[in-house]
Amino acid sequence: MSSTAPFVVIDQVSLVYGKDGAGTLALQDASLTINRGEFVAVVGPSGCGKSTLLKLVSGLHLPTRGTVHVAGQAVTKPLKICGMAFQNATLLPWRTTLDNVLLPLEIVEPHASEFRRNRDKYVAHAKKLLATVGLAGFEDKYPWQLSGGMQQRSSLCRALIHDPDLLLLDEPFGALDAFTREDLWSILQTLWLEKRPTVILVTHDLREAVYLADTVYVISARPGRVVSRTTIDLPRPRTLEDTFKPEFMEMAHALRDQISHVRNTQ
Amino acid sequence: MTKPWLIRTLPWTVTLGSLVLWQLVCVVFSIPTFILPTPIEVIGSLAQYYEPITTHSLQTLVTTLVGFGLAVAFGLVLGLVVGSSRVVYDALYPLMVAFNSIPKVAIVPVLVIWFGIGTVPAILTAFLISFFPIVVNVATGLATIEPELRDVMRSLGARKSQILWKIGIPRAMPYFFASLKVAITLAFVGSIVSETVAANAGIGYLMISASSRFDVPLVFAGLVVIAVLGVVMYELFVLIERRVTFWATRGHELVT
Repeated sequence: MSSTAPFVVIDQVSLVYGKDGAGTLALQDASLTINRGEFVAVVGPSGCGKSTLLKLVSGLHLPTRGTVHVAGQAVTKPLKICGMAFQNATLLPWRTTLDNVLLPLEIVEPHASEFRRNRDKYVAHAKKLLATVGLAGFEDKYPWQLSGGMQQRSSLCRALIHDPDLLLLDEPFGALDAFTREDLWSILQTLWLEKRPTVILVTHDLREAVYLADTVYVISARPGRVVSRTTIDLPRPRTLEDTFKPEFMEMAHALRDQISHVRNTQ
Repeated sequence: MTKPWLIRTLPWTVTLGSLVLWQLVCVVFSIPTFILPTPIEVIGSLAQYYEPITTHSLQTLVTTLVGFGLAVAFGLVLGLVVGSSRVVYDALYPLMVAFNSIPKVAIVPVLVIWFGIGTVPAILTAFLISFFPIVVNVATGLATIEPELRDVMRSLGARKSQILWKIGIPRAMPYFFASLKVAITLAFVGSIVSETVAANAGIGYLMISASSRFDVPLVFAGLVVIAVLGVVMYELFVLIERRVTFWATRGHELVT
């Protein structure tokens, strides 16, 4: 596969929940293409099918009409190359933070078959990753002994431990306080700059979208349609200080106008 | 705040207090022994029939534990099957509920026809009465896995068996242990019901023969032994539960 071909292609995709096309139309004729290593943010009013889009890309849902291609292959079943994180950290309460982060390695090949033999190597890798998100020394704590922000950091580590080609984030910072959220933006940017996975971030926070993404898609209220595509060409690494600069504010405002527009035209 | 020593001693004081009250009621209203013996008479009977009580309670204990063990094995397997497949769940549920609604004492005569009088019907009654809560709880634990967690696993390419092994079973453990505490006490009820109807040994048999001789203190001695066995087994499972699924009954310790 040539490196210039788009990594994710969503072509005229509609999804109807419920049987025989009689249910809710969650997404209508959505089309977008994402390059390898691109950081994409998807924003829109709540209930507009943003999360549906992630499920379509990951193959957890199959489209009612249209096609989804990832890495040149049509998506017909759940992909095996995804890392996912949600608004809830969804860590396993019976596993320590370290064991939670190691979970994907017990499932994804080629790691799974070597896991027992090379456990030390994987543990070292996981500890290093935990240290980069500021969780050194918390490896043996259980998730319920951690604060919400720390749980979400562990969740990010779990999503990234197996170096996925595709990282799908569904409002991962939605439940956190403003300071913790901004902390995690920086951490996510650092991690992304290091490994350059393709990221799709679903969010309703426009500053978050502009701060993190290369490209921001705005989706209309249900049934979701892609109404605009904005390229964010601010230099990287971006700092929190940048978020107060005029050009940043301008972009966030422009997105905001588009969203209020799609909300009012409903 | 209630003081810790009070909380620790409270179960004992309440139990002792009830015994004292019982004794007082018997004395004050001069209730005849063959209606309601006093606790002291019951203790006397326990001491007097120490040996037969021990043999018969051992018989009951073994019977109950064998039946309970069968219920755990069967309940766990059936619970895992029912909990991981919607189709099996829908197919089996009415039948299981219907079966559980049948009073098990009504089944004992049938078991006697099939297996004769003795230990086998008692074991089977203990088994039949105690497997249902285990099945229901294990199935519930599996069926309530968070959808997001399932998504995480599926998007990693996890097989169904891996989701069951890594998420389903650990997650069902607190439900499983909760059901064990219910099931062990039910198993006692089952084996003793069967012993009172059709057996030549066991606490149930001892109580029935004592009652036919109007030895009411011995009947109550039997009841006490059953109650004590029940409490001991229950506490045993509480201990195991705390060790295995400590994460489900966690305190409020938080690192910030």
